[in-house]
Amino acid sequence: MTDTTQTRQDPHVWLRRKSRWSVTEIAFWVIAGTVPFLFFPTYLTLASQIAIAALFALSVDLVLGYAGIITLGHAMFFGIGSYAAGLITKTGWGEPLTGLLFACAVTAFVGFLTSFIIIRVRHLALLMITMGLGLLTVELANSMSWLTGGHDGLQGVDVWPIFNRFEFDLWGYTAYAYAFIALLIGVAISRRIVHSSFGLALTGVRENITRMPAIGSEYRGHLQTIYVISATMAGLAGALLAQTTETASLDTLSFQRSADVVVMLIIGGTGRLYGGIIGAIVFMIARDQLSGVNPQYWYFWIGLLLVIVVLVMPKGILGGLARLMGRRN
Amino acid sequence: MADDIVLRTEGLSKKFGSLEVTRDVTIELPRGARHALIGPNGAGKTTLINLITGQLTPDTGRIVLGSEDVTRLPVAARVRRGLTRTFQINTLFPDLTPIESLTLAICERKKEAGQFWRALTAHREAIDEADQILQQLQLGDVATRQTRHLAYGQQRLLEIALALATRPKVLLLDEPAAGVPKSESAALFEVIASLPTDISVLFIEHDMNLVFTFATHIHVLVQGAVLLSGPPEKIAHDPQVREVYLGSKHHG
Amino acid sequence: MIAQFAVVLFDGFAFGMLLFVLSVGLSVTLGLMNFTNLAHCAFGMVGGYATVIAMNWLGIPFLLGLPIAFLAAAAISVVLERTIFRLLYGGTELSQVLLTIGIVFMASASAAYLFGTAQQPIQIPSWLRGSYEIAGQNFGIYRMFLSIVAIAIAGLLIFGLEHTRFGARVRAAVDNQRIAQGLGINVDAVFAVTFALGCGLAGLGGALAIEIVGLDPSFGFHYLIYVLIVVAVGGLGSIAGSFVAAALLGIADVAGKYFVPELGSFLIYFLLVAILFVRPNGIFGRR
Repeated sequence: MTDTTQTRQDPHVWLRRKSRWSVTEIAFWVIAGTVPFLFFPTYLTLASQIAIAALFALSVDLVLGYAGIITLGHAMFFGIGSYAAGLITKTGWGEPLTGLLFACAVTAFVGFLTSFIIIRVRHLALLMITMGLGLLTVELANSMSWLTGGHDGLQGVDVWPIFNRFEFDLWGYTAYAYAFIALLIGVAISRRIVHSSFGLALTGVRENITRMPAIGSEYRGHLQTIYVISATMAGLAGALLAQTTETASLDTLSFQRSADVVVMLIIGGTGRLYGGIIGAIVFMIARDQLSGVNPQYWYFWIGLLLVIVVLVMPKGILGGLARLMGRRN
Repeated sequence: MADDIVLRTEGLSKKFGSLEVTRDVTIELPRGARHALIGPNGAGKTTLINLITGQLTPDTGRIVLGSEDVTRLPVAARVRRGLTRTFQINTLFPDLTPIESLTLAICERKKEAGQFWRALTAHREAIDEADQILQQLQLGDVATRQTRHLAYGQQRLLEIALALATRPKVLLLDEPAAGVPKSESAALFEVIASLPTDISVLFIEHDMNLVFTFATHIHVLVQGAVLLSGPPEKIAHDPQVREVYLGSKHHG
Repeated sequence: MIAQFAVVLFDGFAFGMLLFVLSVGLSVTLGLMNFTNLAHCAFGMVGGYATVIAMNWLGIPFLLGLPIAFLAAAAISVVLERTIFRLLYGGTELSQVLLTIGIVFMASASAAYLFGTAQQPIQIPSWLRGSYEIAGQNFGIYRMFLSIVAIAIAGLLIFGLEHTRFGARVRAAVDNQRIAQGLGINVDAVFAVTFALGCGLAGLGGALAIEIVGLDPSFGFHYLIYVLIVVAVGGLGSIAGSFVAAALLGIADVAGKYFVPELGSFLIYFLLVAILFVRPNGIFGRR
């Protein structure tokens, strides 16, 4: 299909247009930031859980959707962030924002160490290592029950009010505002990463890893960088969970959680920044509505959904929408 | 002493099990060269390119770029020192547009690719340089079209554009005309003709039209070893070469 | 003390043999078709339940229940492979992973619905029960039986691969699909038969497992991680590799749980990460 009628676009203009916040995006954030407070005040706790799940899903999208690293163990960072944020309050320091920073620092460090392993392997071995690391962390947390509280979870997590004014109320107003702002910041950071030369490099790795060294790219360094960024973001999400629910438990590290987040991404569509958010919304609301159903049977439908999505809508909801509208979102 | 040799292989050999794919190959490329590497299918031409670029490790032999022994260096390191190749089968980034692909290559060259905090649009010089290369390769009009939607001939040109973005001193073209229909090959010929004269080019080709138009020196590779090496007239009239090709016309 | 070690070694080896039978099919199909089938252990579960139905509802003896398990799992795998799996053969790893995980979810939930979540008991024949006592330690007869069966299967597979024409076709297709096809080998048929064989063996493994580790709807998940470890460490497509990796894993697991129970499965996962870090293609892998 030759487009002879189209006049040449200035590449600078084209690139700038591509990275601008679209009207839909801005509308989405305005709605997400106001509607729950105004129309669904009884669901604010669920809303904050969704925001946290969305942030976690976004972190996985950075490595999975953009860099092409398939991970079934990312919950390890979510859980480490959760426990870190919880544990620092046990030392008597309950300030939430520095607690978040602490959790981010800890997860970034662990992410940095594990990144050396991650870049050495691909395909099945990579999948296995991510799973292995995740399972390993669960076992470790279980064994170290003197620190983590084991199966009972971390008790007595006491978080001070934000800026000494906004207490975490039972209705979830503070929790949702807190999580929402964190998510928004996470999305803003991710947008910048994705629309940078680094983002191009990640896409390059994902699309044709053979070509990367051929253009002189030390792509392994890039992969390490995004892995650490992603781990930190996952840790941030986990820390938010610990602070808003005032507890940390083993299931934050579980394989279940690692698998759930990948399911969310697939529903929404990978590599499109908002796929994880859409997927988190769909997944969490569905689970909340169907919570009466026996959890075993819930997984039958999730399984069926996975099979259908893979066969029929491999690019998820956003991919389907993009195809419908004839262009990439 | 011969004039400035920018690339030299010395006694390059490679075996896969008991199969010798490269046998004691010694080739020299002077500055500004336009050398062709020809030979029947399975002669080991692409394997030789893979050995030179570092995708394969030789069993014996050396590769010298300029005055530096690069035999132990990985692919990316050789590219950074000016040794670049194109691929016989398009090895491009399907979802990226040409302007994005080239800007990426240029940012990698300038070691700016890791700057995840900087907007892509801030790399003005890189984008300008990318646009310039695309214009030179007659791809300016499709700079913002996704690579997967380009015509095959345009994709072949993008292969070369990507390589040029690394500012090579030595350029290895692996069958640049492969699969390009006659209607689109004129652009390709023009591009090769206008490659900067200080770049040394070694190209593998089956298209004898292209070979005899551009090559000033031809190496004939048969069963992994160099059968003959010399100027085009000598190669064209050599009885051994004729025998190897079973006829003078060859269609790529 | 030595006798204690010997029993742990024996039990571990037997567990490893069980893991071998469960895993070898996946190793071959992954190496052959590059299809990441995380539903492999779900076929094991199917075989297990088939044997339970055969024995408890139809009164069929145990030794006949084993080939029934094999055939049931193989039959279902053929249906799934011909309809759904083959659509993803050239596809991305992620889509294969997700599809097959979806299948495991569905299989597990279905088993819970049909059979409940309790473990299914079976009565193995009397001549397989009990143990031999040597130096004060008990060496289970069933475990010996299991080990013999596994070794026999390993032998048959290696013989079949090296000395039959079908085996030659499989090896050719593993080495280079395109050329194999060019030589007239019906790669499609080779895939289908090998896949059925692999899943059938998983089913057999599932049936054999009932007496050792029990059968419940979570079987497909619980042993998936073990099977993946065997395949990743043993190297794709290597029968000998699977055998050694399975034996090592079985021994490490049993020994670990016996001597250092506080560590739980930590040791196994740590070894997995360590081995793959040093040898990403597994101990015997070549890809």
